[in-house]
Amino acid sequence: MEIFDLTIHELHEKLKAKEVSSVEATRAMLDRIEAVDGQVNAYITVTPEQALVEAEAADRRIAAGDIAPLTGIPMGLKDIFITKGIRTTCGSRILENFVPPYDGTAVAKLKEQGAVIVGKLNQDEFAMGSSNESSYFGPVKNPWNLECTPGGSSGGSAAAIAARTATATLGTDTGGSIRQPASHCSCVGVKPTYGRVSRYGVIAYASSLDQVGPLTRDVTDAALLLGAVAGYDPKDSTSVNTPVPDYLAGLKSGVKGLKIGLPKQYFIEGLDPDVKRAMDEAIALYKSLGAELREVSLPHTEYAVATYYLIATAEASSNLARYDGVRFGHRAEEVRGLKEMFAKTRAEGFGSEVKRRIMLGTYALSSGYYDAYYVKAQKVRTLIMQDFLNAFNEVDVLLTPIAPTPPFKIGEKLADPLQMYLSDIFTIPVNLAGTCGISIPAGFSAAGLPIGLQLIGKPFGEATILSTAYAFEQETQWHLKKAPL
Amino acid sequence: MKITRAEVEHVARLARLELTDAELDTFTGQMDGILAYVEKLNALDTEGIVPTSHAVPMENAFRADEPTGSIGVENALANAPQRAESFFRVPKVIE
Repeated sequence: MEIFDLTIHELHEKLKAKEVSSVEATRAMLDRIEAVDGQVNAYITVTPEQALVEAEAADRRIAAGDIAPLTGIPMGLKDIFITKGIRTTCGSRILENFVPPYDGTAVAKLKEQGAVIVGKLNQDEFAMGSSNESSYFGPVKNPWNLECTPGGSSGGSAAAIAARTATATLGTDTGGSIRQPASHCSCVGVKPTYGRVSRYGVIAYASSLDQVGPLTRDVTDAALLLGAVAGYDPKDSTSVNTPVPDYLAGLKSGVKGLKIGLPKQYFIEGLDPDVKRAMDEAIALYKSLGAELREVSLPHTEYAVATYYLIATAEASSNLARYDGVRFGHRAEEVRGLKEMFAKTRAEGFGSEVKRRIMLGTYALSSGYYDAYYVKAQKVRTLIMQDFLNAFNEVDVLLTPIAPTPPFKIGEKLADPLQMYLSDIFTIPVNLAGTCGISIPAGFSAAGLPIGLQLIGKPFGEATILSTAYAFEQETQWHLKKAPL
Repeated sequence: MKITRAEVEHVARLARLELTDAELDTFTGQMDGILAYVEKLNALDTEGIVPTSHAVPMENAFRADEPTGSIGVENALANAPQRAESFFRVPKVIE
């Protein structure tokens, strides 16, 4: 077991016992990044000097007996998180040289605990993508099979866990962007309830859907890291002022008598046989642990992707209007007048997936189409939320696949954006409903590719999905398997 | 056809995006396909359904109207592509 293989809680014990220093752990991680990231491309920016300064500070803190759960832990952040003094690109050319003047709230909370930031992780450009292929900084490779995508948009955050180039990472999830890459890279990923974690200092994609969450090696780490970043923040008026439970304390509550719903619309013809088998095994395991499983219905599931690609693109077209070359970011040169500067700056700065979504969203919001597309989608969103409320009157948790297939090949779905969008069918409804979901490792395909299991909870039901996930993890070894790298 | 090339050009102008001829062609085809797909929402009767703009039911979030710190002029201008004194510099607005 190398230092870079450890979980947060394992490394914490070693730091506390002074078996390892944070400087040693950080050096080990930086060496590991140096050794393998050339193959994976999980990092856009590595910050060795700052990381070692932070590690020294953590060691001083530990020596003084002041150790928090994240003190001295080497972590990576999706490059969507604003970091003071560290370049923050959001995977885009338009922010290639952007160095933010402040830290966002989630990052500030990690730093307060003395976490060490080793670098900024690759992602789909502005978090728009399901495969990490839309990054200006090149695609991320899946550590389990370098020909496959790691999923997206937090592909770098998931690949770094699988490649053991970060002890834990933060990502964001707008339509599945934490859970789907977690599934494809065999790690744990949590999409918290909307409003659970502050979005202050997180570059906006679709503001009514975006949420921050952890990607980790096991469920214990996910509980720990979620607890560290969750909570009300006056700087995000959509964060919700409800107490953060002690997620760690509740982990061992077990699943005896727990009612688990199986939404019939998620177990359809066309589900990959390996995914189907993994789900059947998980269902059998939960039964053997004393959970009650029953079929439920989420009748509007088939409308979720269409709803999402109208709402998310509409919000994106508005959010991304700020990239105009005036105050920060790329600016086109040799332009005649201001309007041409805007149009050329954006043409040069954005990649094709971002342009396509800005175009779709602008269209959905434009005069004459607003009611037919945008308002219609918002009404269907109400129906989708209602589906979940109804299901949660019957059961405590929902169990579903994360993705219809194991990870796909790089380039496989690039030519047809609609096919790419449809791969998010099982994750998108959770964002539209604003509730929480977790992805946990649930097996491998015949070809050795990871398969994830999704547990969906009631709004602010993170403690329940975490303990349900923990019960599964105790009985399986999937999370202990290491990518061949 | 859900959308024509001329409409795509119009949307690009609204979005302040300069698109090449090749991009206009590609986007026309792709947007047409995506818009045809989202048509499926029309199969649902949503008469009387209240639209959801936000997952958490909340009204306005108020706070006390008290001044707090800000990042300051130098920090605000640190990423400016072009600046002049304490201003962002841009090309002529009136041609």
